[in-house]
Amino acid sequence: MERTESAPRTGLGEYVARHIREYGLLFALIAIMAFFQIVTGGVLLRPVNITNLFLQNSYIIIMALGMLLVIVSGHIDLSVGSVMGFIGALAAVMIVQMGMPVWQAMVVCIITGMAIGAVQGYFVAYWKIPSFIVTLAGMLVFRGLSLWLLAGQSVGPFPQNFQQLSTGFIADPFGFDRPNGLALAVGVLSVLLILWIGLRARARNLRYGMEDEPFALFLIRNGIIAAALLFVTWKLAWFRGLPNVLLSMVVLTVIYVFLTERTTIGRRVYATGGNAKAAKLSGIRTERLTFLVFVNMGLLAALAGLVFAARLNTATPRAGFAVELDVIAAVFIGGASMSGGVGKIVGAVVGAFIMGVMNNGMSIMGIGIDYQQVIKGLVLLAAVFFDVYNKNREG
Amino acid sequence: MSALLQMQSISKTFPGVKALDNVSIDVAPGEIHAICGENGAGKSTLMKVLSGVYPIGSYDGQITYDGEVVNFRDIRDSEAKGIIIIHQELALIPLLTIAENIFLGNERARGGVIDWPETFRQTEALLAKVGLREAPGTIVGKLGVGKQQLVEIAKALSRNVRLLILDEPTAALSESDSQALLDLLLELKGQGVTSIIISHKLNEVRRVADRVTVIRDGATISTLDAKGLTEDKIVRDMVGRDMAHRYPERERRAGEVVFELRNWNVWHPEQRERQMIRDVSLTVRAGEVVGIAGLMGAGRTELAMSVFGRSYGRNISGQAFVRGQEVDVSTVDRAIKAGLAYVTEDRKTLGLILEQTIRRNTILANLDGVSRRGVVDESRETEVAEKYRSALRIRTPSVFQKVMNLSGGNQQKVVLAKWLFTAPDVLVLDEPTRGIDVGAKYEIYNIINDLSREGRAVVMISSEMPELLGMCDRIYVMNQGGFVGELTAEEASQEAIMSLIVRE
Repeated sequence: MERTESAPRTGLGEYVARHIREYGLLFALIAIMAFFQIVTGGVLLRPVNITNLFLQNSYIIIMALGMLLVIVSGHIDLSVGSVMGFIGALAAVMIVQMGMPVWQAMVVCIITGMAIGAVQGYFVAYWKIPSFIVTLAGMLVFRGLSLWLLAGQSVGPFPQNFQQLSTGFIADPFGFDRPNGLALAVGVLSVLLILWIGLRARARNLRYGMEDEPFALFLIRNGIIAAALLFVTWKLAWFRGLPNVLLSMVVLTVIYVFLTERTTIGRRVYATGGNAKAAKLSGIRTERLTFLVFVNMGLLAALAGLVFAARLNTATPRAGFAVELDVIAAVFIGGASMSGGVGKIVGAVVGAFIMGVMNNGMSIMGIGIDYQQVIKGLVLLAAVFFDVYNKNREG
Repeated sequence: MSALLQMQSISKTFPGVKALDNVSIDVAPGEIHAICGENGAGKSTLMKVLSGVYPIGSYDGQITYDGEVVNFRDIRDSEAKGIIIIHQELALIPLLTIAENIFLGNERARGGVIDWPETFRQTEALLAKVGLREAPGTIVGKLGVGKQQLVEIAKALSRNVRLLILDEPTAALSESDSQALLDLLLELKGQGVTSIIISHKLNEVRRVADRVTVIRDGATISTLDAKGLTEDKIVRDMVGRDMAHRYPERERRAGEVVFELRNWNVWHPEQRERQMIRDVSLTVRAGEVVGIAGLMGAGRTELAMSVFGRSYGRNISGQAFVRGQEVDVSTVDRAIKAGLAYVTEDRKTLGLILEQTIRRNTILANLDGVSRRGVVDESRETEVAEKYRSALRIRTPSVFQKVMNLSGGNQQKVVLAKWLFTAPDVLVLDEPTRGIDVGAKYEIYNIINDLSREGRAVVMISSEMPELLGMCDRIYVMNQGGFVGELTAEEASQEAIMSLIVRE
């Protein structure tokens, strides 16, 4: 009866079977990319298209980081699309119409986003109003406010320095043009860094007996990641180098991985989502934590709004429409659980890339938006079904 | 007179526990038959077997009802025969009306359309029978518990009840409501309804019952005529059992007063006029294990939770002292800082994050103890978890197992580890051995003794009286929200505790 009594020594195949979810996600991304690479006749992985993939999906990924925390803490935020659009509109009104300096306007936008998150978080955390309702209300309110701010018009274009936020590229200090030296250097360095961190963690975990991943699998897994990284940076190097937005995405992802896995705040969020009553009786201030999670979501939605507006170079009343659904889908594809307490930042980012590659690939193939929606919906259902199926099989 | 109901040699086993062991009981037509026993004696399990909650095949033994052997597969089968059980927690839907509740699932309808005039007419007749003067259209949630109990009985009558089973019917009722209910039972008896009543209140049992069956540890101890039966005899049958060697030896050594509670009062969180804890004062010394005895619903858990960061109740008043200093226990983290730890009664819903590992659960209440500037030191975290794993002998291949994969006893040790890592002065253990097997219980007792040897003050809440008697230096007896007595280890016995409780 005691499953815990069994020894953890396992073979390769069995190990993969047990961790099917983590590996499955990575393999699914690779398989989807391979599929579209073939059916688009190689267009998907052209340098310019890879660059586009990052630009197109940056705002989804930025918001998925916050949404993961919201979902892990046992809530949902339906308002992020509207908030993102609203912040873009606010930026346009301040920068384009009022002529406010870009940095000043960005600060105001970020603070506004946090304030929006704070208000929603206040009702969710302290008044125990279901987040679904509070953020549904927020979704309607900020959709309306964007329309009002923009008076139903598109506002643009933005000054050059604001556009740089999204469409800019980091200057190459090595002075080559093609291939871009910085991109190559970053590719090689990050591969070395990932291997070093991976090996170090593995050594430490082995010492405590918590690691049972076969070494061969460790090599395969990291080999795939390294190859992918080198491939992507190589391709980027042959276009215009590293996009600014890629840098911000990577930095943010690293910060949130650290936050969720290594800090006390991260631990408390997972504990709250896993069992709010037990967390509360362990001295965790669950209300304040929920409040902060929503403030953080507002912050990231604001950032996404700025990135999105900068990329389109205008703010439109329809910006951010239904984006919350893509963000939420990305987090669930990435393995988060609706009931809270389970989910990883890396999973959410990979989930967002899966959505992004599908969007991009299907657009290149010329598949209509109608079919695209159907396919994305089915992929979401399949991913979650896969989760539940595995869980039932385990239990 | 042949019996209406005969349950013969009923045995029922749950994984690891024999809940019923050859229980036999027979109920004569038209009698009121009382079943008495301690918490966990098997009374409710027996009634669940009878009503088909545990279907045929999940137990051994035979049930004969009305002269024929019956095999109930679910509760509908037993209801069709007129056997209706009214549980302690009422099964009414608070947002529906009395009439809707009474005929729920049994609607007066023609072709699927509810016949409201007929429904109301029949409801009025039923309410008159049970003596409840309320309109059939009254929302049930607006009635008091006593009146809701009457609605339940009216509902049973609407289904042509022949054998009515009441599980602790008066536990939540006021004195006058209880009297009215007991009168109603006698009246129904006059109309030919047979009743089984499960109760702790021996004076009530003696008032209405014709015969009394006492169950202890899942076995029938005696069935006696209520006439001439003394409460002492019932209490003796309820509690008498061998207690030797089930508890480790402990040396009694009480030091200075570590924890003190003065005039603690708590009101119900929703029902504002209902006082849950009345003027409770208690002291615990260093190295002392102090028990709180009482029946379910006495308010023991509510007392503990209200002290621990106001996690229960409202309008809380009173003072708490740790080592003579008044402490602020108004939030859980303040209570922890003041040196308190509360091991919850229900470890799965209140004690653990089941999805997470042993390691993460162990440090949950003292995250700052393994982190620097908000960053968790994972090596330190693992060391702490490993330390408690070996100290408490948590049986698991590694501390990276999810706690949901552990057995009950090991889960309980993880909860204990979590609280020990906060280095508390005062540990409140609420039902620390509930649902775990005998061997693990013994280990938990050893841990408790180790803690008191270290000079910590331990408060132990338990529904198992032998456990309190075996472990505690002093026992407070609690009933209906207040302390009704205090017994030293020498004075304490199950009879003494029970008679303090049933004296009410």
